[in-house]
Parts: sequence; C-alpha cells; structure tokens
Amino acid sequence: MSEPKPRSEFRRMMRKLLRNPSAILGFSLLAFFVLVAIFAPYIAEPVNPQMLDENGKPMRLDNPYIMPVITWSSEPIPPSKEHPFGMIQGRDIFYGVVWGTRTAFYIGLTVTLISTAVGIVIGSISGYYGGWIDEILMRITDVFLSIPFLLAAMVLTTILGNGLDKVMIAMVVFGWMGAARLIRANILQVKEEQFVLAAKALGIKDFFIILRHILPNTIFPVLIQASMRMGSLVITAAGLSFLGLGAPLGYADWGSMLNFTRNWILGTSGSSMTYWYAVFYPGMAMVLFVLAWNLVGDALRDVFDPRLK
Amino acid sequence: MNALQGDLGWSQVGKEPVLKAILGRFPYTLELALYALFPVVGVGIWLGVKAAVKRDKFLDHFIRIVAIIGWSFPDFVFGLLVLMIFYSVLGWFPPGNLSLWAEQIVKSPNYLKVTHLLTIDALINGRFDIFLDALRHIVGPVITLSFLWWAYLLRITRSSMLEVLSKEYVRTARAKGVPERDVIHKHAKRNAMIPVVTVAGAMVIGLLSGTVIIEVIFNRTGIGQLAARAAVELDYATVLGTTLFYSIILVLGNLIIDILYAVFDPRVRLS
Repeated sequence: MSEPKPRSEFRRMMRKLLRNPSAILGFSLLAFFVLVAIFAPYIAEPVNPQMLDENGKPMRLDNPYIMPVITWSSEPIPPSKEHPFGMIQGRDIFYGVVWGTRTAFYIGLTVTLISTAVGIVIGSISGYYGGWIDEILMRITDVFLSIPFLLAAMVLTTILGNGLDKVMIAMVVFGWMGAARLIRANILQVKEEQFVLAAKALGIKDFFIILRHILPNTIFPVLIQASMRMGSLVITAAGLSFLGLGAPLGYADWGSMLNFTRNWILGTSGSSMTYWYAVFYPGMAMVLFVLAWNLVGDALRDVFDPRLK
Repeated sequence: MNALQGDLGWSQVGKEPVLKAILGRFPYTLELALYALFPVVGVGIWLGVKAAVKRDKFLDHFIRIVAIIGWSFPDFVFGLLVLMIFYSVLGWFPPGNLSLWAEQIVKSPNYLKVTHLLTIDALINGRFDIFLDALRHIVGPVITLSFLWWAYLLRITRSSMLEVLSKEYVRTARAKGVPERDVIHKHAKRNAMIPVVTVAGAMVIGLLSGTVIIEVIFNRTGIGQLAARAAVELDYATVLGTTLFYSIILVLGNLIIDILYAVFDPRVRLS
C-alpha cells in the first residue's frame, strides 16, 4: 500500500533539504560552477588571438589550462569589451576565471576523494581490529595532526619539487586524519551491534563485514565532513599557488592569478582602486565556490544529523 | 642529531643559522598572533552568545550570514582587499612592520629592547610616535587574521550555547526566578565554553599557519614570511626548521588548552 520505508525516509530528507534556503543557495551556486566547468570551452574559447593559422583564424591552444599571453605589457589593463574582467600580466582574467573553475573542481574533488578513502581504510582497520593495531595507527594520526596543515603541505610540496600535482599529493598525505578519526569512532559504536555479531557468527570474512555491514552504516557523517572540507582544501591549494608553490606561471588557477596582483597593489599607495578588477574577479570566484560547498555541507549536516544544530 | 643540540643548519634565505633566523623573527609573528587572538576570542564568544540568546531573530540570522561568508573567505583574498581599501585607497594602514624613520630609531643602539615586541618596546622607551606607527602597520594584518577565525569561533559558541540553553538546569534556574542575565552568563555560558575551549586548539593552528600567508601579503618580517620565502627558493633547512618550530608551538598550545580545560570544567580536575 505505502512505499518501502527507506525510500520515504529519503524523500522526507530531500523535502527538508529543499525547504532550507541556504541549502538551495548552496546547491544553485554549485550547479552554476559545474555548468561553467563543463562548458568552459564554449564560454572562453581556448584560442590564442595573437597566433593565426593559414586560414586566418586564431589557433587552438595545445593545453587550454595555460592562459594564452595576449599582450606583452605586464601591467593590469582595465575591463573592456573584449576582455570583460580586464587583463593582468598580459593574460585575460575572464579566461582564467572560467578555466580556473575546472582546476578548482579537479583539485578539490581529487584530494577530497583520495584523502577520504585513505582515512576510511585506516580508520576502519583501526576501529575494527582495536588493540595494538589501533594504538599504533592512532599515534601515527596524532603525529600527522601535530604539524599545521598549511606548513606541512608547504614542506612536502617543496621537497617533492613545486607543482600542482605535488600540492595535491601533499594535501592527501596530510589530509586523511579527520576522516580516519571519525570513521574509527563510528565503527567502535557499530561494532557491538547485533547485526555485526550475527555476521561474524555466520563466518563472514572481516573484509566483507566492514565493507557490506559496517561502512554503509557509518559513511554518512564522513561524506558530510568531506563536503565541508572541500572548501578549505580549495583555499589551501590556492594559498600555496598564491605563495608561488603550486600551479606554474600562467596556469588557469585562481590562486596564481591573485599572485600576479599582489605586487601591483603593494606598489600603489594613495592611488584609488586602480587594479580592483584583478583582485575582485578571481577572488569572488573563489569566495563563491567555497561558500557553495560550506552551505551544502552545513545543510546536509542539519538534515542528516539532527543532534547538531 | 644536530637538531637536538639546536643546530638546524644554515639558512640561505636569512643568511644566518636557521635557529637564529627563527628566534630573531619570532617576536614579530608573536605580536601579530597576540593582537589577533584577543579580538577573536572576545568578539567571537560575545557574538556567539548574543546569536544564541536571540535565536531565529533578525540579529541571529544576520550574524550567521556574516559568519558563513567570513568562513568562506580565503585569507589571502581578504588580505588583498584590506590592503587595497585601507592602503591603496585610504592610505591608513601601510604594509611592512614600521615606517622607514621609525625603523632607523628602533635599530639605533640606545633604543631599549626589552620584550622585542615593537609596540611594547616603544612604550617602554616612551616613544609614543613609534608606538602609533607600529600600531598603524599591524591593524591590517590583524583584521585579516582575526576576521576568519571569529566566524569559526562564533559558530561553535552559538551551537554549544543553544544546546546548553535547552538543558534542564537552565529551565530550573529560570523557573526559580533567577534573572535572565544571570541565567545566561552564570549558568549557561560557563558550560557552553567547554566545547569552545576544545576547538581553541584548531584556532591556534589556524592563527599560526595564517601568519604565513598574511605576512607575505602585508610584507611583514616574521617566521611566516621566512618559511614562505624559503619554500619558494627551495631552502630545505629553513623550511624544515620553521615547521619544527611551528609544531613545537602547536604542541605547547595544546598543552595550555588542556590546562584551560580543567579551569573551565571542574569535572576534569576531579577525575
């Protein structure tokens, strides 16, 4: 007569989520960024207007993530009709902001997925087996936690040699501890439940007990935590690029675009907001991107975890 | 092995031994962090309590919206905006540590250096003009450093305060006619502070790591700037040295927080 229970429960959650104004704002912002990332080649065509092929058309870029140099003047040029966000270091800011969306998603999703997966594996082993394995793994977690994240990422990036992929490796290496601790605490709770004992009594292998019986019951808080971490991960990656450790020169990345801006602002006292566009557009893109993830994470937490409010 | 004896190697960026480079720059960073810490703790807790008491009123929504936007602002974007508005446009808060004329006086031999904190030393020397100059240079970085963290602290205070306010003993206190002010400040606030002290650890990490980017933006001398420059120039000895130093401070900070925990929660002391 009525629908199966988990289904209607899910619906109730979704309805609650859709009634939350900040959740709607978060999801729409996110949808906007996804669309920009998908349609980047159409919004900002990856061509170099300075180089024409034999038909007199601009040549396509080999690597669309490297922003084409349009003029050789490095001073910021205010927004105009062809370059709606202005130019800096001879590069079009609009192009960088659009393609930077892809970079932000790429960094954020990759690092979050891998580091959460590592955290889940370590936390599961630690929580399920307990004893000295738990003791050793948790002390290792403590050691990793005792180094400030930004500095740790900075050191590892330096040692590996600067670059965007190195930044991502460094952020995974120092980013798994939160998920590990959370999943361990949850597993300690679930481990004593009847259905786990029943599965054990049936002689099911440990690996399958964790994978099929325990994780589905503990994964939600971890996913919520991951979505809330997306924002801060993107900030850290951009911060490293801003310091000059991440993306190479001219890469379509919000952080390294702001790096261009810094010297121009330091050099201009008392003059009005001459170079506002060079900070405003990449900066706003980043703020909205992070805000979207924070709102979504917040809303998910409110809906799925009624204890926290 | 050498590290245990205090020999961290030679810093190419600082052109001196790493330990000396770090200790020489530490007061600047400490001063920045101290000036940022007090507004964060004071304003963050105050607003958090206010938001919880006026739950779902206009003030609560307003504070929450500002907080979540603040929490989404990358510190370097915010810092660049502060620099642009207060330095480029208004010319109030210049980057750097001191103006050139003040720097010359501070470096002269008969200027007393007791604490090595620029503002305090200036007061000890009775040089009010230098004090004001140092203050002018520190306001921008402090605004940047504290804005992000009070948003965080505010959220924690608010949710913890809301939880406490729904407890039975608060209802009891209200039922027996305790004035609302005392209910909030004596009964609820003290209990609500416990989770806040717990996250203070994360805050200390944040303030310290934050100095790296903020010192670079505002062109201030300090450990953060040293670490950032060393990382860009691949000066491993300095990078490792500064990280070790930050980690030691972090561990010390956590120790202090554990002690504070006992101060706020007598139950911890007894068990």
